Amino acid sequence: MAKRIDVKDLNIYYGKFHAVENVTLSVPPRSVTAFIGPSGCGKSTVLRSLNRMHEVIPGARVDGSVLLDGADIYGAGVDPVEVRRTIGMVFQRPNPFPTMSIRDNVVAGLRLAGTKNRQQLDEVCERSLRGANLWEEVKDRLNKPGGGLSGGQQQRLCIARAIAVQPDVLLMDEPCSALDPISTLAIEDLITELKQDFTIVIVTHNMQQAARVSDQTAFFNLHGVGQPGRLVEIDETSRIFSNPSQRATEDYISGRFG
Amino acid sequence: MSTELELERPAQPPSFQGISTGRKAKNLAATVMVSLCFVVAVIPLVWVLWTVASRGMESLLRADWWSHSLSGVRANEDLGGAYHAIYGTIAQGLVTAVIAVPIGILVGIYLVEYGAGTRFARVTTFTVDILTGVPSIVAALFVYSVWISIFGFSRSAFANCLALLLLMIPMVVRSTEEMLRVVPNELREASYALGIPKWKTIVKVVIPTALSGIVTGVMLGVARIMGETAPALILMAYSARINMDIFEGSMANLPLLMVKEFTNPEAAGFNRTWGAALTLILIIMLFNLAATLVSRLSAVKTK
Ligand SMILES: Nc1ncnc2c1ncn2[C@@H]1O[C@H](COP(=O)(O)OP(=O)(O)O)[C@@H](O)[C@H]1O
Ligand SMILES: [Mg+2]
Repeated sequence: MAKRIDVKDLNIYYGKFHAVENVTLSVPPRSVTAFIGPSGCGKSTVLRSLNRMHEVIPGARVDGSVLLDGADIYGAGVDPVEVRRTIGMVFQRPNPFPTMSIRDNVVAGLRLAGTKNRQQLDEVCERSLRGANLWEEVKDRLNKPGGGLSGGQQQRLCIARAIAVQPDVLLMDEPCSALDPISTLAIEDLITELKQDFTIVIVTHNMQQAARVSDQTAFFNLHGVGQPGRLVEIDETSRIFSNPSQRATEDYISGRFG
Repeated sequence: MSTELELERPAQPPSFQGISTGRKAKNLAATVMVSLCFVVAVIPLVWVLWTVASRGMESLLRADWWSHSLSGVRANEDLGGAYHAIYGTIAQGLVTAVIAVPIGILVGIYLVEYGAGTRFARVTTFTVDILTGVPSIVAALFVYSVWISIFGFSRSAFANCLALLLLMIPMVVRSTEEMLRVVPNELREASYALGIPKWKTIVKVVIPTALSGIVTGVMLGVARIMGETAPALILMAYSARINMDIFEGSMANLPLLMVKEFTNPEAAGFNRTWGAALTLILIIMLFNLAATLVSRLSAVKTK
């Protein structure tokens, strides 16, 4: 389970556009790392290159290395499908599969990878839904479509779906930005629980959220329009919010930033 | 006293007013227009259905209609049936659909999921667009000149199917393409992020999401080719006898039966023509029902 991530000199491109330059950072296992920074500075881009989702976009590529417990996920001969099975992802907008029931959504990763054993699937389904704090709410309607749940429930369903394949790392791209405050709290609590088992990286626009859930925080910034985004600094969350070493970080945190 | 009352009154009376006459008039005019258009569109539809049903019903009620051909039946006898033509329509429709649907869907998948943005895909899309507009008579002449004149095969139901394929494949490609394009990318990404390979994502996530639209497209295609007459006239001679072999000899289908019996001045000819028309409508309706069931089973659900 939970593995560490080491990113070294990562440069990320969309075709000719250099989106992010020279990111180097480490994420220890069983911790929550938050990415903060202004819109368009490349948080999502960095996050998506941690499980090779970036290259799904035509023309997109990366330079540099991302080590998962020392093994380069961009190494020659590494299967991106295998990487994504180990490093799961939750997206900004809840995206349950519209043709599947709640149960089928949760076990989609296993079932489509070939697991047929009904009993095993049911066990995974219950365990994952409990893990995502959704079991009590949906246990009586597992056969109903996932699209009928509320936004917050759908997002927890997506988290259940992501943890059902038992990844080592969980990436979350602004998982609460489409949710109301109550659902947001539910997900934040969940993140704190999931930390016991997973390495978590979360992008957030909400600095209170970063302060509440994360152990370390990485601040990304842009130096100008059309310039690549950069990692300004990464440090323990308490340090970043009380005593950051970079001026830009302090400006951003205290709201002195455009 | 009076000042108190004065104070309780709102400073300004509420400014809500009734709907103005101008808006009422516009609303009425629009409602009348829309309703009129609806009536104008529905009248011919009902009229056609009523005409076909009332004139064709007599034939359909004879048991022989469903079990006998017109072989050896004289033009003025109200005997025999359309079995030969019903068989022909269904056989030709099925053979065409069985070949056209997989090819069309696979091409559509290629264009959207694999070839997106490449030059080859753009050229293919363009070609498909042109082919969708090709008149059936042109497709028939093309098949005649290649399959019959150059390759030397004889006229047969299969030659007719080839022309129908040329008409149906582009329709299936188009509808598949359009339905796949509206499947949100988020669903594909959600699937990739679970470590599901691309082809499985397409088969298990993308296609089921788009299925009801694809099925609708296929059904429109089937309905269209079952009613095609020009290719049948050129590529497959009418036969009043039952012929089960699609590769050999002449075979009937319902449109051809109508063309044939239309020139029969007897009352029996009238009955057969309209009987065939009603039968064709019923068959296409049945196919539609079956397709609706199929797409219901895997449609996007929210309740
Ligand atoms: N699919 C894409 N194609 C081209 N450029 C993109 C794409 N997605 C994002 N970008 C660009 O990459 C930069 C970083 O974007 P993103 O990572 O989404 O920022 P953030 O998540 O921090 O708001 C932006 O300049 C954005 O315009
Ligand atoms: Mg983003």
